[in-house]
Amino acid sequence: MLDILKRPVYTFQEFVLLSISALRGVFRKPAYWGDTVIQMDLIGVGSLPVVSLTGFFSGAVMALQMARALQTYGATSQVGKIVAITMVREMGPVLTALMVAGRNSSGMASELGSMKVTEQIDAMRALGTDPVLKLVKPRLIATATVLPLLTILADFLGLVGGWIVACVLLQLTPGAQYWDTAWRAIEYNDIAQGLIKPFCFAIVLSLVGCYYGLQTTGGTQGVGRSTTQAVVVASVWVVILTFIIGRIFTKL
Amino acid sequence: MTTAAPEPVIQFEDVCLSFGGECVLDGIAFEVRRGDTLVIQGAAASGKTLILKLSLGLLRPTRGRIRLFGEDVTDYTDSQWNDVRARIGVLFQEGGLFDSLTVEENVAYPLLNQKRAPLSEEEVRRRVQESLDFVELGHTLEKYPSELSGGMRRRVGIARAIVTQPELLLYDSPTAGLDPITATTIMALIVKGRDVHHATTVMVTHRHQDGEILDRYRYDAATGRLVPAEPGTTRTRYMVLREGRIVFLGTPAEFDACEDPYVRKFSSR
Ligand SMILES: Nc1ncnc2c1ncn2[C@@H]1O[C@H](COP(=O)(O)OP(=O)(O)OP(=O)(O)O)[C@@H](O)[C@H]1O
Ligand SMILES: [Mg+2]
Repeated sequence: MLDILKRPVYTFQEFVLLSISALRGVFRKPAYWGDTVIQMDLIGVGSLPVVSLTGFFSGAVMALQMARALQTYGATSQVGKIVAITMVREMGPVLTALMVAGRNSSGMASELGSMKVTEQIDAMRALGTDPVLKLVKPRLIATATVLPLLTILADFLGLVGGWIVACVLLQLTPGAQYWDTAWRAIEYNDIAQGLIKPFCFAIVLSLVGCYYGLQTTGGTQGVGRSTTQAVVVASVWVVILTFIIGRIFTKL
Repeated sequence: MTTAAPEPVIQFEDVCLSFGGECVLDGIAFEVRRGDTLVIQGAAASGKTLILKLSLGLLRPTRGRIRLFGEDVTDYTDSQWNDVRARIGVLFQEGGLFDSLTVEENVAYPLLNQKRAPLSEEEVRRRVQESLDFVELGHTLEKYPSELSGGMRRRVGIARAIVTQPELLLYDSPTAGLDPITATTIMALIVKGRDVHHATTVMVTHRHQDGEILDRYRYDAATGRLVPAEPGTTRTRYMVLREGRIVFLGTPAEFDACEDPYVRKFSSR
């Protein structure tokens, strides 16, 4: 029994240690702004197409599925409200984070993993740079900056998707009413929740990707293993965290 | 001329290293003095690379003390280590070249990142060029490591190791997986690196000939070639590892005379 627990506990402990030194590293020099900007480009600009598509279609699907239910209650005018609340609170942050986990946590794990197995990480330390500052910190800062922005974009495109389905395709409600109800539905609480979530996800996504990359052993096979683990663990954490944060906010 | 023995550069005192309870190095004790050459041999997974990584502070010993340049570095923090590492040049077994950087940036990396007085841009470029010329790859500045052959990558690794003119050079299997001609070229560069800057050299190798080259030749600056050295002047010593223990440590003559069957596998041609 203890043996089964030993491994996850050890992993968690190592992960926490890396997180502490990375978060501390944010305030330490050198800053490596160049690397941070490259990562922002890679994560932010690189994820634009996939995040836009998922945002748009999740909003569209919401409107489509809600249409029937709302029609039975004769509340089709409320479709904007429903799309807005679900997009901003839940769908936007979670789906964006899952996409970025698939693209970038895996990318980080495989990149750092191959650096690990070809002794580039060792070389980096031997040549006087701290891999946490040089590799983890830029990825952490870049993801934490870019993921909230991507989420805002996904939220907005989700609303557009909902609008196209509800107003243009099914003509449930006039466009003006759609936007009006959507706009009124969103409270500060929702916006706060919708921005805090991606920020927390970003920290977890980048640290999980880097952690699995840096602890890679066993050659190229090991890199494949780390990559898979990083995506799985990052995605699971996103789903767990969204529940926890959502719970905190409903209590407020 | 020299009366007192030169001061030790590396000292290991009863060093043990274990991973998760499994002992991979046990009772390692040796000393390398300034100007010495140490050749480490041993079967795969006998712990050769680990000894080099311990000497760089990339791993911490489970037990025992390590002294470098006379300082006890066993409990150093990473930032204290960086001062020590700036005096060491290293070639990793897998090369350890950064494949996102060009050859020029790779070789400049230690100059720009290690703790030392900042150099001007021209000075960095000059030293990088000089170091790459040294390994006869002065024309590859703009290339990426993935565009080079294995032997060329090894030479870039050597250029990066010597660019700071370190007092101590560590080479991990510099000739592994290379054809005999390229391997001899690499060995000539290592001898040259040792004799031009009078660096203390530790080399891990699988090939008996590599040790012999280090022992029997020296670099002649006048002709730019390797010439036979007077016996004993290169102060070469051999170490043989077996499953994490030192089974032999001694001079080339003792090495050739050793009767131990395991050691003979490495000393006989
Ligand atoms: N990070 C690590 N975690 C666990 N075990 C390790 C680690 N690094 C090395 N080992 C183990 O230590 C032993 C010695 O490894 P080392 O890399 O020093 O071998 P080596 O003598 O350099 O072999 P080779 O000639 O194949 O390079 C091996 O059994 C290896 O599995
Ligand atoms: Mg090795």
